Amino acid sequence: MKRMQKTTRSNFITYGIVIVGAVLLQSLDSAGKLSSLFSGLLVPLCTYMILAVSLNLVVGILGELSLGHAGFMCVGAFASAFFSKVTQGTMPDGLRFFLALLIGAAVAGLFGILIGIPVLRLRGDYLAIVTLAFGEIIKNVVNVFFIGRDVNGFHVSMKDAISLNMDAASGEIIVNGPQGINGMPRDSTFLVGAVLLLVVLIIVLNLTNSRSGRAIMSIRDDRIAAESIGINITKYKLMAFAISAAMAGAAGVLYSHNLATLAATSKNFGYNMSITILVFVVLGGIGSIRGSMIAAFVLTLLPELLRSISDYRMLIYAVILIAVMIFNWSRGGRTIKELTSVKLRGIARKKPRGKEAR
Amino acid sequence: MKKKCFSVLLAMVLAVTALAGCGGSKDSGETSKAVENTSEAAEGGEETTGGEGAFKIGGIGPVTGDTAIYGLAVQNGMTIAIDEINAAGGINGYQIEMKFEDDQSDPELSINAYNTLKDWGMQMLLGTVTSGACEAVVAETYEDNMYQITPSGTSVAAIQYENAFRMCFSDPAQGAESAKYIKNNNLGTKVAVIYDSSDTYSSGIYQAFAQEAQTQGLEIVAAESFTADTNTDFSVQVQKAKDAGADLVFLPIYYQEASLILAKANEIGYAPQFFGCDGMDGLLTLENFDVSLAEGLMLMTPFSADAEDELTQNFVAKYQEDYGEIPNQFAADAYDAAYVIKAAAEQAKITPDMDASAICDALKTAMTEISYTGLTGHDITWGEDGEPTKEPIVVKITDGAYEFM
Repeated sequence: MKRMQKTTRSNFITYGIVIVGAVLLQSLDSAGKLSSLFSGLLVPLCTYMILAVSLNLVVGILGELSLGHAGFMCVGAFASAFFSKVTQGTMPDGLRFFLALLIGAAVAGLFGILIGIPVLRLRGDYLAIVTLAFGEIIKNVVNVFFIGRDVNGFHVSMKDAISLNMDAASGEIIVNGPQGINGMPRDSTFLVGAVLLLVVLIIVLNLTNSRSGRAIMSIRDDRIAAESIGINITKYKLMAFAISAAMAGAAGVLYSHNLATLAATSKNFGYNMSITILVFVVLGGIGSIRGSMIAAFVLTLLPELLRSISDYRMLIYAVILIAVMIFNWSRGGRTIKELTSVKLRGIARKKPRGKEAR
Repeated sequence: MKKKCFSVLLAMVLAVTALAGCGGSKDSGETSKAVENTSEAAEGGEETTGGEGAFKIGGIGPVTGDTAIYGLAVQNGMTIAIDEINAAGGINGYQIEMKFEDDQSDPELSINAYNTLKDWGMQMLLGTVTSGACEAVVAETYEDNMYQITPSGTSVAAIQYENAFRMCFSDPAQGAESAKYIKNNNLGTKVAVIYDSSDTYSSGIYQAFAQEAQTQGLEIVAAESFTADTNTDFSVQVQKAKDAGADLVFLPIYYQEASLILAKANEIGYAPQFFGCDGMDGLLTLENFDVSLAEGLMLMTPFSADAEDELTQNFVAKYQEDYGEIPNQFAADAYDAAYVIKAAAEQAKITPDMDASAICDALKTAMTEISYTGLTGHDITWGEDGEPTKEPIVVKITDGAYEFM
């Protein structure tokens, strides 16, 4: 009973951080107190926090290393972008974006299941490498599609835009191969992003504390023992993988509706991105949902804050990354952290006691 | 728990710096010496641009990452031009401040770079360098009504709004002009194309070329593509072009890949007419490249570092002195773009105390009224769609040097 309360309290602290942060930033933004850079970063910050939380489900809770997370983000981004581009002007913006979110998450989840079926037969390093490959496959497959629309309906080609053979007057290219989708409606707002982040957190934290969540964690801790007590390994693995993929898809929707153009490059949907998300998770603490969220926040902000030192920016960013990793795992670093947390706890404890006395 | 407390603390510290930080940021890189930078930028809006006595021109491009070579060239070209303009008395008697931000040619980072420049108080934007990033940024500049001229963003959508202009040729213009030129000069009837399908520049030109070829009656017998991941071996593509009996190979690609294609064609004894676009400029200065392979190759380029005119020679000499290399067309486009801003600003008689939106409105009209002669063309004029009208220059490589056609 006492233990339950502790996790519940911890969860509510996480929700609290998000809600307070969102309200604070939103009010600062509407009051015009934020710099253009920071208000432009609000939606990307939400995107990366969602991605970090969703990957933590696979890496931290399920205990499998996935290096293809950006692939699911890519699927969500393109599925929803296609939908939005096609239905632009046929329905209210709010409704369309809501549907786009559902579609992006659903399609990415579906891909999660499809890819999960073969991939989850593997374990450890093998799984990591196969997910890496699938991530790249998704990015490259997206790049060969040319889809256009004219009075006769949709035309699809995998060669080039000319072989779509569209009606010259009414033809409109929607997906232009490697050039992607252009002229996206920019529906993403910070409010939507924050709500989405909250929803993702509620899903992940509740799943972790549910019967299914415990089954998933038992697979992580001891697969053979879990199997011997009759836990359906495949089912629970697939469940975690698909949910994680769907949430990455939702992040992709947020990403694609934030920019006017969407193209799958190795920078935004390649393994670089997958690794970046993994860095958020590792730095924030594998299995710690709140930690990965905060790490994503800090690490997305950091390179932008370092713009003032121009040429050395990426160098300093890397050095800080290494320093934080070492600090997190060195003995000295741990002692410092313990001391700080004892102090913090001391402050935190005084307050509730005062209340009780009253 | 302990770790979390620490990270919360860290996050809070960073968030506070983020909110307060932009105001205090130091000048990065290229700010011209002329004026001190009082950046009260965090407040945004009109005040920041008011009464400082200098125009603030921002630049965006990749100075790190895979395409850093283009971004750096633009940054260098722009710096030279702005230093020259400042030395000659500035625009309408006011000096120019310049700041260049990195975007790694990523749309999302490009938006961040744009917002950083806005916080700095930018009034005019020279950028962005790459098409993809430009398409994302132009949506923002349109919303803010910020004047924008891209030196090298070639895709059509990169300047789709009326506040945006272009210095270079657009992809369709290059593709269509190439097809027309090939037809009109009877360079070939059976055409093979080898292009980079992962590159917007290359596939954009190819699409326009193929369309124009249809109307011109050129037969495309082979259209072979490669991607950035497979740009080291071209045996298959060259062999297919040869098997299809193409007498002209159109290469809308960059010179690094073109050099490999030329070498491969030479190896299998295939000697069609090769025809390239402005990306081919730089081929002759490529290290370890046997210049004799490029003999007879024709390319359409707006800029050639070998040109005899005084303007080009001065620019090339200055560029070599400052940066130790021969400038490419990106540098030339950026140099011209900076002077175009000057020309338009003088036409519109703008002053630095105007806000960005007013400057944009004034420049939009002025851009259609000016005629500019620079490194990349003579008597260039702009339409309301932002496209420059300039004659494409076709050169042929003879004895290891450009020969104007």
